[in-house]
Amino acid sequence: MVVRALNRKMLRELWQLRGQLLSICLVVAAAVMTLVTLRGTYEALVRARAEYYRDYRMAHVWSALEQAPESLRGIIGEIPGVEAVETRVSSYATLDLPWLDVPGQGLFLSIPEGRQADVNDVHIREGRGVRPGRADEVVASENFFLANSVELGDTLDVVLNGVRREMLIVGSAIAPDHSYSAPPGVLYPDDERYGVFWMSREVLGPNLDAEDAFNEVALRLADGADDAAVIRDLDRILEPYGGLGAYGRPDQFSYKVLNDELTSNRTTGTAFPAVFVGVAAFLLNLVLSRLIATQRTEIGALKAVGYTDGEIGFHFLGYSLVAVGVGTILGAAGGVWTGGWMVGLYEEYFKFPSLEYRLSWTLVLIGSGVSLLAALMGGVGAVRKAVSLPPAEAMRPAPPARFKPGWIERAGLGQMLSTGGRLILRNLERRPLRALMSSVGVAFSVAILVIGMFMLDGVELMMDLQFRVGQREDLAVSFNRDLGPEARHDLERIPGVTRVEPYQNVMARIRSGHRKREVTITGLEADGQLRLIVSENRRIHPVPLEGLVLSEILAERLGVTHGDTLTVQALTGLRRTKNIPVRDVVKDLIGTSVYMNVEALRKLTLEGPRLSGAFLLTDPARVGDVNAELKRAPAVASVVSPMTMFESFESQLEDTLFIAVFFLIGFAMLISVAVIYNGTRIALSERGRELASLRVLGFSKSEIATLLFGEQAIVTVIAIPFGWVIGYGLAYLLVTGMASETYRIPLIVSTQTYLWTAIITIAAAWGSGLLVHRRLNQMDLIAVLKTRE
Amino acid sequence: MKSQIILEAHDLSKVYDMGEVRVRALRSVDLKLYCGELAVLLGASGSGKSTLLNILGGLDRPTSGTLKYKDHDLSYADDEELTEYRRQSVGFVFQLYNLIPSLTARENVSLVSEIAVRPMLPEEALEMVGLGDRLDHFPAQLSGGEQQRVAIARAVAKQPEILLCDEPTGALDAQTGKLVLSVLEKVNRETETTTAIITHNVAIGGLGDRVIRMSSGEVTELEINERRVSLDEVEW
Ligand SMILES: Nc1ncnc2c1ncn2[C@@H]1O[C@H](COP(=O)(O)OP(=O)(O)OP(=O)(O)O)[C@@H](O)[C@H]1O
Ligand SMILES: [Mg+2]
Repeated sequence: MVVRALNRKMLRELWQLRGQLLSICLVVAAAVMTLVTLRGTYEALVRARAEYYRDYRMAHVWSALEQAPESLRGIIGEIPGVEAVETRVSSYATLDLPWLDVPGQGLFLSIPEGRQADVNDVHIREGRGVRPGRADEVVASENFFLANSVELGDTLDVVLNGVRREMLIVGSAIAPDHSYSAPPGVLYPDDERYGVFWMSREVLGPNLDAEDAFNEVALRLADGADDAAVIRDLDRILEPYGGLGAYGRPDQFSYKVLNDELTSNRTTGTAFPAVFVGVAAFLLNLVLSRLIATQRTEIGALKAVGYTDGEIGFHFLGYSLVAVGVGTILGAAGGVWTGGWMVGLYEEYFKFPSLEYRLSWTLVLIGSGVSLLAALMGGVGAVRKAVSLPPAEAMRPAPPARFKPGWIERAGLGQMLSTGGRLILRNLERRPLRALMSSVGVAFSVAILVIGMFMLDGVELMMDLQFRVGQREDLAVSFNRDLGPEARHDLERIPGVTRVEPYQNVMARIRSGHRKREVTITGLEADGQLRLIVSENRRIHPVPLEGLVLSEILAERLGVTHGDTLTVQALTGLRRTKNIPVRDVVKDLIGTSVYMNVEALRKLTLEGPRLSGAFLLTDPARVGDVNAELKRAPAVASVVSPMTMFESFESQLEDTLFIAVFFLIGFAMLISVAVIYNGTRIALSERGRELASLRVLGFSKSEIATLLFGEQAIVTVIAIPFGWVIGYGLAYLLVTGMASETYRIPLIVSTQTYLWTAIITIAAAWGSGLLVHRRLNQMDLIAVLKTRE
Repeated sequence: MKSQIILEAHDLSKVYDMGEVRVRALRSVDLKLYCGELAVLLGASGSGKSTLLNILGGLDRPTSGTLKYKDHDLSYADDEELTEYRRQSVGFVFQLYNLIPSLTARENVSLVSEIAVRPMLPEEALEMVGLGDRLDHFPAQLSGGEQQRVAIARAVAKQPEILLCDEPTGALDAQTGKLVLSVLEKVNRETETTTAIITHNVAIGGLGDRVIRMSSGEVTELEINERRVSLDEVEW
């Protein structure tokens, strides 16, 4: 019976406090949801990757080379630590896709006939693998397959090694070393124009003039093998065969992009939930301790009639249990939904045999556990304070707070304030810690807004620099092999082409001390105007007549700066080595680049002018004709326009970033509303009597509202700059945590972002004020005056 | 002598509708308050005194009946008009002093003088209640009687037309209660503010110009005193 009465009290009060408890519930839900979603997605990706790499035998070390006889495979297998060796032939080829007005590009890879590959096996998704003895069968990468709505049995026109042939698509597949695929030299997928294709070794080899020979090798290493030593040995073995430099997983494109994505995912998947859980904890603490403080006299009465401290304590902690419990259920349910959705988004870009979101009860437990702990800490302190008093004393109202003029007034500023102003000020000064904590809560929501919006700013800048400032050409043409200087005139002769700027790419190994890297050096013409090197502050870096220009991130990884000298070895042709100084380091945002003046580059290769491709300006009216002409040219591997790139990149962003930012803004507002709404409700319950007295004295509702909301307004106003600082700090941590060779988000927070975060926060504060304002209107003056606090 | 009517209630009823039960707190009350008079309201607990006073002061609305303040009909006044009425014309004193704990005595009074049209100086009002030397004390630093006097100073600082007091001495001992009453009497005499005081103490009736007795929500008796007795003569 006894317990039932207490429970009834709790139910009734839960209902009275529904607004406050609901806001806490939602914050707990948001905390659990972000944790379950972001961290859960991260774990799903990590799990899927591990299974994939294991089951399909992802390589540990790769190398490309000009060509070597198959017999070398045995020698490579003898390198200590090597567990399995797979050799293959590969080549880029031009695709003639009837539904595109530009040529497509394919990476053709061989697969062994009649057995699974020992390393980098493919996983068939639809259809079947190629049959031995069939010369025309290919398996297409799933991305290409889906993006172009290809059907099994469709044919594909391919110009492979200068020969046009028709191929039959018999299946779609994915492979661990191509779990993320993008055209050469580009960082983002372009699935309509680019695909990976697998063909039988017995067919592709002869086609590439590589019978019983290979031009790529991939190794799997034993546990604990020394990667660096294997790479060194492999380089040594392949040197006479035109080795293009062996590299481990950290430098493999698919691995790197996925790994970078996982790194940034882990950063956000940890940082955001931490902030939410922290704020939820803070709110629970605040509300519970206050709730219990207002019940001091009731606690005294309960004790007087014989309830034990434990029973009373448990009763009050019940509130936290309800709020945290409901919040957890909501958050877990929401998290499963958004988690599944997020994993679905990833699936569009990263292909795994099985990528599956699973609700992790560990994460749910962590989220609710931390929230609950915070609730307990808030509750226990206040309950302990109340139950530790003798009942007789607890039943008397708490002694009135001591007020004295605070430091602001003592500093002589008090004269400038009205009595109302002083009232607000003294209440703030009496509870400076609480005001400060509320400010911190709101500041975090401002900070979350800053992060969300700054990412938008950053990505926008990244895209602007990349596609609008740096790439001024209308079309970028690449050839499937280097051509002689006459290619320039061939391009210039195409009707509609108004300017041609050729470039030359040279694969090279650059070395500084013991650090080395295989890179592509892009040789640009001295007076080039179409492809510009831009740094994050929009400065355009001219190409020096001698020496290298490096991306800052690459310079950092190599441990060099402006003025240092690098040892550069060309990996093609004569494979000459030369010391070349670093003339400039560019803080660019996407990828890693190495530029040189094309004339200076030729001093390294000692070859005559060779063209890897060219940047074109065209007459806008005749772009179609130009594309058609280029599509017919057998030497053209790809034609890319920065505009289309920009558009596909943007649509990819709309999928992910905009939605993420939308969620962030929602959550940030939720936090602001929860903090301010609770702060105001608490102020109202503490000072309701005072405010009612003022109403009796003839103060109008709006004057009372000013007194009540003034405090929160100050809290909010203080919180905003505070939040900017925290936001900038968090942005810095995020930017450094997420910086990768794939992309770097610039740490530039625009004035607009600051302004918007302030506006959104003030709007949220205003809204929470309105919620409470209703109660102010309903305040029963007489009832308030009758009851003694 | 005091014949001009300042506040006139006619046929006032107040019903508290509590679902199953309807409490009739006031039943058809007719009452006039005259300019400058000191009226004492007596009656058993629950007889409707506070309910009446709250309606007279614009804190509450009657269920039916009319209330006229000078030429204004307050029966249908909206919230804004009632606020304005309280702000300019009525001063309240309650059993619980309802001072703002974070403001000093002077500031508690300024609170009102800042919003009134023809206020007294806060110092002057506090001087009148004998607290000229406690201007900068916070409520927590004052005794109950002193706090009640600050509340009176706060009520009169706006120079209201009407001063309404609901058991102003209820929480005080006899000695202090007398002091507070003497202050109220003095204010009424010196400023000629119409004053109504609710009390349980029958003896206090003699202090007023009139005694109004209530019972079960009705005014049962109106008694005019020939002469206001002085506090010293009152048997507590
Ligand atoms: N908010 C309310 N809801 C329901 N009934 C009420 C309410 N306020 C007062 N009453 C009832 O109205 C009647 C008159 O109450 P009122 O407070 O006016 O009495 P009173 O004469 O001031 O008594 P006391 O001397 O004890 O203060 C009482 O019966 C009381 O129960
Ligand atoms: Mg009463």
